[in-house]
Amino acid sequence: MDTTVTTGTEESVWGGGNRPLNASYGKMMMWFFIVSDALTFSGFLVSYGFSRFKFIETWPIADEVFTHVPFFHGNFPMYYVAFMTFILIMSSVTMVLAVDAGHKMMQKKVILYMFLTIIGGAIFVGSQAWEWATFIKGDYGAIETKGGRILQFVNAETGKRAALADFAKTLPEDRVKHVKSEGVWYMDEGYKTSFSLNEVVEGFKTSPNILIRTETINEEGEKTVLDRSASLAKLKDAALVVEGANLIRNEYGSRLFADFFFFITGFHGFHVFSGVVINVIIFFNIILGTYERRGHYEMVEKVGLYWHFVDLVWVFVFTFFYLV
Amino acid sequence: MAHEHKLEIFRGLVKFKSNIQKIWGVLIFLTIVTAVEVALGITKPEFLTKTYFIGMKLLNWIFIILTLVKAYYIAWDFMHLRDERSSLRRAIVWTPIFLICYLIFILLFEADYIYTVFKEGFLAWNF
Repeated sequence: MDTTVTTGTEESVWGGGNRPLNASYGKMMMWFFIVSDALTFSGFLVSYGFSRFKFIETWPIADEVFTHVPFFHGNFPMYYVAFMTFILIMSSVTMVLAVDAGHKMMQKKVILYMFLTIIGGAIFVGSQAWEWATFIKGDYGAIETKGGRILQFVNAETGKRAALADFAKTLPEDRVKHVKSEGVWYMDEGYKTSFSLNEVVEGFKTSPNILIRTETINEEGEKTVLDRSASLAKLKDAALVVEGANLIRNEYGSRLFADFFFFITGFHGFHVFSGVVINVIIFFNIILGTYERRGHYEMVEKVGLYWHFVDLVWVFVFTFFYLV
Repeated sequence: MAHEHKLEIFRGLVKFKSNIQKIWGVLIFLTIVTAVEVALGITKPEFLTKTYFIGMKLLNWIFIILTLVKAYYIAWDFMHLRDERSSLRRAIVWTPIFLICYLIFILLFEADYIYTVFKEGFLAWNF
């Protein structure tokens, strides 16, 4: 009943009739795939942990990085990721309901629940795209030192972060973006920052209420803010202006943080995307009545396993990337 | 295919009448756990961040334990592991758990060693 090919030998013990695990071939292979994929993801997350333990004193604080919610201004740490988590759990629930309706051979209900699952997955992928765009764009801007460390800016009066635009001077200088076709071979700038290093440094010197915040985490679990004279001394090491994050530079702190963010959430997002694609295929099969003719909805159960696995991975990514 | 479902969660403390009811029950439980995690993550109570247990903040222990609780209910109820044969369940669950624990052990210890080398060794990396 569970296999598509019927040869007649399946009923004998050595011909596949003996099923000690009481699971069909397809379902078991899906489980084995999930186990191996779980090991891949844990490899990523553990290597994230490796880099984090290595730079435990300077690692960015996730609460301060992911603070945006679409359509709202202000500081909302975690709310949006919590919303994304809830969306994914919710779409998992509609998936279980689809599997349950499949067991009862209720085609209409399976169609409805699969549709809701696909919508949930699409919302999640969209949210993740927005999260990436916000992360890449950056919010305050920072300075990178010669040693590759990030210096951020804080307003001494309010204690809040200061954006480069708050204090940088506009100087009458004209800097052209360096492109590959000019000068040194195969070297170019990824993007041109809105202020040059000189403008930021000069602006800093003339605004006494701006202080530098280093990457080092103090005993309170917060980033260390230098006093004015130490800030001015530190600024001598400044090498370039960084706005936003990419695979090479990252205004939020350690470069590895951005790399792991792109890699882990990207790999997970790719899983969600492929899950949505598979769900759509199954959705059309249900509408066409394929499983009604086959006599069982085990295919829905199998893609359901994959979909829940994606949710399961997100639970861990959420904890280790955003919470801990 | 196993059509019969085990309808008890929390070791029989809560028993549902049907599979659909159980699904909604598990959803409510998972939502509450997530809400607790987010609330703790935003407020960061001082007694949890100041207290250390085996080298890690108590808050982080709570996060990790709650994550494992969530993972358990997703795997057991959404992925129907509760209804599978125990041999299949054990093969699926214990193999990764063993390998992942080993990986965590070797990599995090190595990372901590590198951290001490950076910190105490004669090596300038923040110049």
